Amino acid sequence: MDAPSIIDILTPLVAGAAYEAAPSVDFATIHVPAGHLLPTCQALRDTPSLRFNVLLEVTAVDYLPREPRFEVVYHLLSIPLRQRLRLKVRVGSLEVDGTVPTVQSVWPGAGWPEREVWDMFGIVFAGHEDLRRLLLPEDWEGHPARKDYPVQIRKATQTYEPLEVTEEEFKANLQRDRQRRQQ
Amino acid sequence: MAELRTETMTVNMGPQHPSTHGVLRLILELDGETIQSARPTIGYLHTGIEKTAEQKKWQQVVPLVERMDYLAAQSNSLCYVLSVEKLLGLEMPQRVKDIRVLLAELQRLASHLVWIGTHAMEIGAVSMLFYAIRERELLMNINELVAGFRFFPSYFRVGGLREDLPRGFHEAVNAFLDRFPAKIDEFEGLLTKNDMFVRRTRDVGVISQEDAMAWGLVGPIARGSGSDYDVRKYFPYTGYETYDFKVPTATEGDVFARYRVRVAEMRESVKIARQAIQRITPTGAWACNDTRVVPPPKDKVYTEMEALIQHFLIYSQGFTVPVGEAYVPVEGPRGEHGVYIVSDGTNRPWRVKMRPPSFMAIQALPRIIEGGMIADVIAVIGSNDVVMGDCDR
Repeated sequence: MDAPSIIDILTPLVAGAAYEAAPSVDFATIHVPAGHLLPTCQALRDTPSLRFNVLLEVTAVDYLPREPRFEVVYHLLSIPLRQRLRLKVRVGSLEVDGTVPTVQSVWPGAGWPEREVWDMFGIVFAGHEDLRRLLLPEDWEGHPARKDYPVQIRKATQTYEPLEVTEEEFKANLQRDRQRRQQ
Repeated sequence: MAELRTETMTVNMGPQHPSTHGVLRLILELDGETIQSARPTIGYLHTGIEKTAEQKKWQQVVPLVERMDYLAAQSNSLCYVLSVEKLLGLEMPQRVKDIRVLLAELQRLASHLVWIGTHAMEIGAVSMLFYAIRERELLMNINELVAGFRFFPSYFRVGGLREDLPRGFHEAVNAFLDRFPAKIDEFEGLLTKNDMFVRRTRDVGVISQEDAMAWGLVGPIARGSGSDYDVRKYFPYTGYETYDFKVPTATEGDVFARYRVRVAEMRESVKIARQAIQRITPTGAWACNDTRVVPPPKDKVYTEMEALIQHFLIYSQGFTVPVGEAYVPVEGPRGEHGVYIVSDGTNRPWRVKMRPPSFMAIQALPRIIEGGMIADVIAVIGSNDVVMGDCDR
């Protein structure tokens, strides 16, 4: 199934969405507006003639200096119909309109890949239940997969301050602990 | 009598726990021995390979991607070179395709051997590790014979292979293939018929087929839950459609089912490898004839001006790849492996992104282990066959 025929199936199902087929060498590729991503994904999963039941991965590409700068890429797989599909959502810089709705409600497996995209590119997934750093430490600054992030930088090793408790505080802590246990 | 007050206990498992296959940290909330919640923490092995790859030329990325999933190096490089060749529009000679199939299957065997050894050892069958590693050593020797490197051969290159097969390759592979099926019987004798092993694995860590699909666990995990999805059958690549093999499945979805699927996969891999080694001639074409990508043979470089220029160009500037993007999946030992590449038309990739099966397997881990016993966590991690290098990249 090529991109125009998938668009033909999708257009009546999702009101007001303007899809756009993109050239590709491997399988069908469709640009989806961010506002219509969620109903589109639901239609892709539930329509009997599409049945894209597996979300393989979510990733992003930074096309600096093009604007809108990012493209979020979803690779979908329909096992019953032996069909693959690539969805693309154009996203501008974070300051302008850098959010995409999360597709966790359609494929629960989208949770970590979306976290990774936020971690690496700083693209916010609206409605994500746990959008924290995934691969990088929690205190990392910046989003390293962006094209304007330098490749080789040195960063001071993160150390944690030693635990400093005075003797009185230590005894008070113990006392509090014992009291809590007796309750 | 006063009511007994109980509270849950938080246990930190890893990142250095030996059964976490590298450095995976699990924060488990326990009620007695029952797991109430589990939170995996990953990223300890993150080395930024995808970002580094953007600074390298197309051919230089091959050794880099091999270091992602370090137990299945040639599965990584196979999907990378297939993606680049898709963008370049290259077609490989039949012999190159057959050699790639053969080495990919031997790589699957090597990876499954590490899996069966560590998985069984963690459950208590310690001696299994030695039997499995002994067989894997022979596969490492074949890698060494082919490429001079045991772990990361970098033998698959964009445009074909690095060089022709060495002398003695057929003998080494045939000797291994003759010996190995009896060893699988031995493994099964030690595990499949082992009451302790079966009790530790049956009805443990069950995941349904729908859940496996929803969490993106395509591969041996889904096949243990009744799916028959295998990239080699559904989307054949590099000539798999011409080989005769079956896709083993099981329906229970527990640890024992995944174990049986992988053991049966080893037998099928031997079958494929036997067919491939019969098709491969000792000498012949080992690369396509596209002079943009493949350097000319050394004797021509020394005698012909044009060949010298071509050689110099390929090794100094590399080659350019047309603007576009490609994603070619292969069936890796852990499930669907794929590389998504984006080219801007220069001699360096714009973006390289691996689709890591272990990443998805660890994401779904809480789903599988919550509500189970803490002792089963180790069995489930082992049966999901996670490699942290693949997960963190």
